[in-house]
Amino acid sequence: MTANSLTIAAARDGLRKKEITSVDLTMACLTAMDAGDGLNAFVFKTPEIALEQARAADARLAAGDAPAMCGIPLGIKDLFCTKGVPSQAASNILAGFRPEYESTVTTQLFGAGAVMLGKLNMDEFAMGSSNESSCYGNAVNPWKVDDRALTPGGSSGGSASAVAADLCLAATGTDTGGSIRQPAAFTGITGIKPTYGRVSRWGVVAFASSLDQAGPMTKSVRDAAIMLQAMSGHDPKDSTSANIPVPDFEAALTGDIRGQVIGIPREYRMDGMPAEIDALWQKGIAMMRDAGAEIRDISLPHTKYALPAYYVIAPAEASSNLARYDGVKYGHRAKMAPGDGITEMYEKTRAEGFGPEVQRRIMVGTYVLSAGFYDAYYNRARRVRALIKQDFETVFAAGVDSILTPATPSAAFGLGEMANVSPVEMYLNDVFTVTVNLAGLPGIAVPVGLDATGLPLGLQLIGRPWDEAGLLNHAHVLERAAGFVSKPSKWW
Amino acid sequence: MSIDIDTARKVAKLARIRVEEAALPKLAEQLSGILSFMEQLNEVDVSGVDPMVSVTPMKLPMRADVVTDGDIQAQILKNAPEAREGFFAVPKVVE
Repeated sequence: MTANSLTIAAARDGLRKKEITSVDLTMACLTAMDAGDGLNAFVFKTPEIALEQARAADARLAAGDAPAMCGIPLGIKDLFCTKGVPSQAASNILAGFRPEYESTVTTQLFGAGAVMLGKLNMDEFAMGSSNESSCYGNAVNPWKVDDRALTPGGSSGGSASAVAADLCLAATGTDTGGSIRQPAAFTGITGIKPTYGRVSRWGVVAFASSLDQAGPMTKSVRDAAIMLQAMSGHDPKDSTSANIPVPDFEAALTGDIRGQVIGIPREYRMDGMPAEIDALWQKGIAMMRDAGAEIRDISLPHTKYALPAYYVIAPAEASSNLARYDGVKYGHRAKMAPGDGITEMYEKTRAEGFGPEVQRRIMVGTYVLSAGFYDAYYNRARRVRALIKQDFETVFAAGVDSILTPATPSAAFGLGEMANVSPVEMYLNDVFTVTVNLAGLPGIAVPVGLDATGLPLGLQLIGRPWDEAGLLNHAHVLERAAGFVSKPSKWW
Repeated sequence: MSIDIDTARKVAKLARIRVEEAALPKLAEQLSGILSFMEQLNEVDVSGVDPMVSVTPMKLPMRADVVTDGDIQAQILKNAPEAREGFFAVPKVVE
């Protein structure tokens, strides 16, 4: 086993015992990263920054009392602004943009001694479920069972691909409707979206501000606990960041869930759900029961309306957030024709800079917010959102500690396979994950098994607000019972 | 509710995205598809339910109204496609 395939926990322990240095670990990852170009996971590499950070981490480790993330090589999703390093949200409209500032999440991670290997591929502005809307071209799933190249999922597809292929120890992701959990499930890794407000959104390119949250994508639940710890906490620069203490997530991994109540929502048994997904879900239920949890059937009656509500609210917020890309302050500006005024400059710049899915969502958002439709679409969707949140509050008040569901409706699909379906069919990928963003809850995807063809499948656990600690412990039990150790065989 | 070509043209204009005439029919069709998916929301009884405005029940914090940074003109203009004499430069706005 080479150092790049270590978990954060194993690397941390090795670094502290002086069995390995951060420079060795970083070199192993840089080598794997360069050998992994066929995955198109990294879109900008920062080896000089990585080695400088690794040397500083080694000095800190030698001095003692280094934090858990000290010396750990990470990939950073292109949605995070990183000072002096291209940060384009995988969009041509941000061509050439090098932020003059650092996002709070990366500031905290680097402050804890973490090492940045480079920036990771994603769907443009995090809008997509297959990483195919990226201006860099799609990332590729390291898992492969036949001739087809498979999607790593989206929007955090580069993050998922890089972690699953051991190009880095872990990566940052962001999740607006499932963008951490769906790619994690498609690539056999762990991904947690924390409670809305747990992690600062400052310096993360905004998609839908009331839904966006950043989180870690890792090789184990323990790693998710360690890395989430370093990413979390109050930030005065994000007014929705919660000023409440962050518990010790790793210490919460007791493995004891006896007497805990796990809800199984009947509305998640969708019509036409593949038998394999249902079987995996039943297997997960049995594992949690065997671990001593009480399994309870629950109802979340408004589940069916989560997707349509999401696809009103998210584009509405996006149309407003993306109004800032006008060719004036940063990024691309279209070439002007004689006589063009400022309106032509805006229209041409945005037509050239945004890809088709982003343009579509901006226009849907513009429409649902326009005079005459605001109440019929946007306000109605926000009312339905309140009901969806209430569904969860009701079951949590009745004593449910976490909720177990499938993570995705299928295993990873082939790249290009969804090219001719309607946008709505692609949206169905988010069916199990999107409720969690609407309600602001924490959710985690854990790999549980392989499908008949040998592709990974994951389950999702949904937690009470602010109870990432309890949620991670449940996920830890599921992970241990599932014993998922499969890795993709190297073809890239 | 389906979107006709005129509405698609108007929405593109409002969004400040240039869409060629030839591309409008396809756009109208796709927007109509997305909107008809949203029509499901009309099945829900939302009477007496307030639109959700805050994800977590919290009061937005207030801070003192004081200057905390500044003198970073060069940094602010650094990524501008066109900057002149300390300003963002754009095509003529007023005739």
